[in-house]
Amino acid sequence: MPTKESPARPGSSIMLQGLKVLGVAIRTEPRIFIGAVLASALYGGMTVASSWALGWATDNAVLPAFRDHEAATGGLVAAAALIVGVAVLKAAGVMGRRILAGVHQYRMQAHSRRAVTRQYLRLPLAWHHRHPTGQLLSNANSDVEAAWAPLAPLPMAVGVVVMLVTAAVAIVLVDPVLAVVGFLIFPAVAVLNLVYQRRLSPLAMRAQALRAEVSEVAHESFDGALVVKTLGREDAETVRFQAKADALRDANIAVGRVRGLFDPLLEALPTLGVLAVLLVGALRLESGGVAAGDLIQVAYLFTLLSFPIRALGWVLAELPRSVVGWTRIREVLDATGSMEHGTARLDAPGPARLAAEGVGFAYVPGSPVLKDVTFTVTPGRTTAIVGPTGAGKSTLTQLLARLVDPGEGVVRVDGVDLRDAARGEVSRSVALVPQQTFLFDDTVRGNVTLGEAVPDERVWAALRLAQADGFVSGLPSGLDTRIGERGATLSGGQRQRLALARALVREPRLLILDDATSSVDPQVEKRILYGLRDGAAEATVIVVAYRMATIALADEVVYLEQGVVADQGAHEELLARCAGYRALVTAYEREEAERAALDSGDEVVA
Amino acid sequence: MTAVTDTGKTGGKTGPENGEASALRSAERGAVETLRQGLRLSPEFRRGIAGTLALAVLATLGKVVVPVAVQQVIDRGLGQGAPDVPFIRDAVVLCAVAVALTAVCGYLMNVRLYRSTESGLATLRGKGFRHVHDLSVLTQNSERRGGLVSRVTGDVDQISAFMQWGGLMVIVSVGQLLVATVLMAVYSWQLTLLVWACFLPVMLALPRFQRLVARAYTRVRERAGDVLAAVSESVVGSGVIRAYGSEDRTAERIDRAVDGMRAAQTRAQKIVGFTFPTTELVASAAVALVVVAGVELGVAGSITAGRLIAFLFLITLFVSPLQTATEVLNEAQNAIAGWRRILGVLDTPADVADPENGATLPRGPITVRFEGVGFAYPGGPPVLHEVSAEIAPRTRVAVVGETGSGKTTFAKLLTRLMDPTSGRITVDGVDLREVGFASLRERIVMVPQDGFLFDSTLAGNIRFGRPSATDEEITRALTELGLADWLDGLPAGLDTPVGQRGESLSAGERQLVALARAYLADPDLLLLDEATSAVDPATEVRLARALDGVTRGRTAVSIAHRLSTAEAADEILVFEHGRIVQRGPHAVLAAQPGVYADLYASWTTATTVR
Repeated sequence: MPTKESPARPGSSIMLQGLKVLGVAIRTEPRIFIGAVLASALYGGMTVASSWALGWATDNAVLPAFRDHEAATGGLVAAAALIVGVAVLKAAGVMGRRILAGVHQYRMQAHSRRAVTRQYLRLPLAWHHRHPTGQLLSNANSDVEAAWAPLAPLPMAVGVVVMLVTAAVAIVLVDPVLAVVGFLIFPAVAVLNLVYQRRLSPLAMRAQALRAEVSEVAHESFDGALVVKTLGREDAETVRFQAKADALRDANIAVGRVRGLFDPLLEALPTLGVLAVLLVGALRLESGGVAAGDLIQVAYLFTLLSFPIRALGWVLAELPRSVVGWTRIREVLDATGSMEHGTARLDAPGPARLAAEGVGFAYVPGSPVLKDVTFTVTPGRTTAIVGPTGAGKSTLTQLLARLVDPGEGVVRVDGVDLRDAARGEVSRSVALVPQQTFLFDDTVRGNVTLGEAVPDERVWAALRLAQADGFVSGLPSGLDTRIGERGATLSGGQRQRLALARALVREPRLLILDDATSSVDPQVEKRILYGLRDGAAEATVIVVAYRMATIALADEVVYLEQGVVADQGAHEELLARCAGYRALVTAYEREEAERAALDSGDEVVA
Repeated sequence: MTAVTDTGKTGGKTGPENGEASALRSAERGAVETLRQGLRLSPEFRRGIAGTLALAVLATLGKVVVPVAVQQVIDRGLGQGAPDVPFIRDAVVLCAVAVALTAVCGYLMNVRLYRSTESGLATLRGKGFRHVHDLSVLTQNSERRGGLVSRVTGDVDQISAFMQWGGLMVIVSVGQLLVATVLMAVYSWQLTLLVWACFLPVMLALPRFQRLVARAYTRVRERAGDVLAAVSESVVGSGVIRAYGSEDRTAERIDRAVDGMRAAQTRAQKIVGFTFPTTELVASAAVALVVVAGVELGVAGSITAGRLIAFLFLITLFVSPLQTATEVLNEAQNAIAGWRRILGVLDTPADVADPENGATLPRGPITVRFEGVGFAYPGGPPVLHEVSAEIAPRTRVAVVGETGSGKTTFAKLLTRLMDPTSGRITVDGVDLREVGFASLRERIVMVPQDGFLFDSTLAGNIRFGRPSATDEEITRALTELGLADWLDGLPAGLDTPVGQRGESLSAGERQLVALARAYLADPDLLLLDEATSAVDPATEVRLARALDGVTRGRTAVSIAHRLSTAEAADEILVFEHGRIVQRGPHAVLAAQPGVYADLYASWTTATTVR
């Protein structure tokens, strides 16, 4: 039973869900959908009419001519005009349906892509951390496409329904007995379709899920290409990818088997209908129930219907994938926990006052990264956050800039709980330069200003302060040089300096540097730090650092160990009283001293 | 089908504007050539193709049954006067059997087709994936990551629709066209000529339509690429976007990309929508003409009523392949576009390739020599000039210099991520380009600054260096590196999940894992490219010592701007403007005026209190 394979409810309930998804599309763009259906109905009506036209031509022009061995020109011209006229209307219907169905589908795709990415931008960082990049990308791409795929054949399918009703009426009018044959065939097609979907949906869902997995593996592997290369693991990675690709292949073949079984059956049924019509029709003709022309008309109707009736199947075939795609999209759209904003403003002049009060945070419940962190920073002063690798420093900087909210305690700027600040207030006053530099696929100017109208002089001033003016002026188009994946390649240190300029140009009242100059040469770093200290930009500064020179610039040091503030005070005080701090910041000096001692010992021995 | 050469115009127009300087070879080949090469890539496509084709032909013949049956029934069964019911019954039963057989053929054909095409596509994915990894870092970096991913996902999917439907439809349609023509000719050659006269212009116009449609779809794919890029920025850059409150701007960019794609899609659909019903109109004209001409012929006595009516049915049979042809051409265009992109990847030579019959060097102490090595990025000025150096076995070498002095280029050349543009590098006397990758990667391992981690556990990532390593060996490696305390502090020890790209760990911790991974791989030469830049000083000193302790048999090359590493090195190579300007041990270099002394002075002021 396919039921066990998939957590989602297959079969008719998938159909029901699928119809609901279609309902969403119809409600969102009702006019376009109605237009497409009307065009499709025109097409359907004209398809039936074309058989009628042919029947009319047979009875009134062809057969009399053969019987009388004389062509009635008037009748023939009328027949030809009728056939062509119907075809023109039918063509108009096809055109309208195709274009409008396309427009409907593409609009829905655009709607969904916008809605999904709006959520990406709105949801808190913690949510992003929980979701793989590959998954988020496919939510906005293949899932969107899957969700709205049935919209392309939908108007046609609705048109087919109209056509079937029209055909039914037409047949009943011709001959009720022949109609019985029709009424047997059409429900059989419907039942077959239903069985088809019940079998197909779990398989199609599995294939869709595997398609996403293939994409995720490729994404991760290409992201880690350097590691794969340097450790010579290309073969192993190819094996890993091929395993997923093969699983997808098998899933697709399973889908193909079901499709391969039902598609020919669905095609055969209407043909069998034509044959049944002929058989019954012959009997009826014998008993005088129908005329030959009527019989031909009905038979022709069946041949015409055999193709479009499959549009129903196409819609149904896309429904399971559509439901999966839509379910995934909905998961993003329904995701809650978005950051709430208050109404408080952070518009006090001058450098900001910062306070952390009993701040705690855990990524995984039960294993806190930060515990009861409390400290204050006086406006305009510089505080260094120091601690061993993995002590929670970066997490703390994210809390101070409100990229994430603390689990316990409060972060205050100018006495305002950051959670009470209005939207946009925090990012206007606080600038965080993270450890990992991210540059946009944009120009140097765009990366520094992030789209805000900032005069070039100020951009250059920020670049100068970040010691980036030198290499930027050396770029082929200066500020307009495109960087990122599609543009100029910059070194790690150059990228960090651009990121720093991005923070400085905003003249933040609180500047947080999370080891933001780790790839910058010591001399350059020194110039940057002196520039900052000499009040080129008046701000309260938090700096995560290991280097003594950086720490020495700070007025105060907060020393973190395993998520707890182990000590805080002036650098000299901590040096004197905190063993862990001393061990950390004097590691190089001690190493050097030891080596010097060792060397002199060597000399003594020699 | 006619070869289409549309790439030149569209590519030329959009290329320079968006500045997409693709390092991958832009496949400037015709549609037919692309198809041929694409099919050659996956031999599975051809497996059992004869049988599949035979089944397809049988399935198509089955469709002819109905018109024939109708004609037979009308002409002979209904004849003049009373209908011949037994004859009709027999004919209908015979037809029903034919229809059933047709369905069986259809089923078998589909199953075979799915099996061979899906196998071929899986192979294609694997080939593409492997080749992306074989490309040099230069090519990888200059390509958009999202684009590379779609080479092995979306682009392949694009082909599948054509291979599983369109490709066969072309053959079936041509077959159906021929069968219909023959049958029509049997009924009346005059009317057949008439029908062909109507449709010939359509057939001639189809390639023109196809070209229009192709151009429109190329644009759709370009816009789709923009959307992917914009969306991925909003996901990958989520932290920065929040920190700077640039959500609105990012949203605007996404909107622009999404709208651009929608407009391109709509345009393409309109073109298809206008061209598609053409056949429908021509078909009706043909039917009308056949009715008129048929009646004239009938009056003249050269065709019966039944035959004329059967002929009309055959026109439907004749038209439907032409209608599908328009659809198939679209799908073929998509498939060819997909193939072109995949071929673009596969045809891009792996400029840093694993040599055939590459040398396998014995493990043990390793000597590396740079002999007059120069390097320039493609189209750029030289970044390394005439670099000559020898890295002796069992030594610790530090590479120092300002940003942009050529240190990292030196590292990439040493690990053969790139090849020098002049001069050569030898390992134990063998040119690096002649050493087999398996041997090279075993002997020389680099730890890059950003040690990418896979979404797995701590142990899983460290084991990436040596897949056979047991948990005990991993723990021992971490202990030897002085990281036992850190390991104990992790919530689940070795089983701690590191998250996407290792993002559950801090940057410093990621570097620890990357270092342990390389350490476990146990190369003869370990190259650290600022591999501990985010690690705290105490841990760094501990790591340096641990590596020192175990480097006894191993060569260690460190690129660092923290000069603590340089102080401990046996030899320091000082780079400036792409040249080695000084070399020697710390004590000597620090004592003489020069680049190193300046660097050192600045480093000491940075590490000690004023």
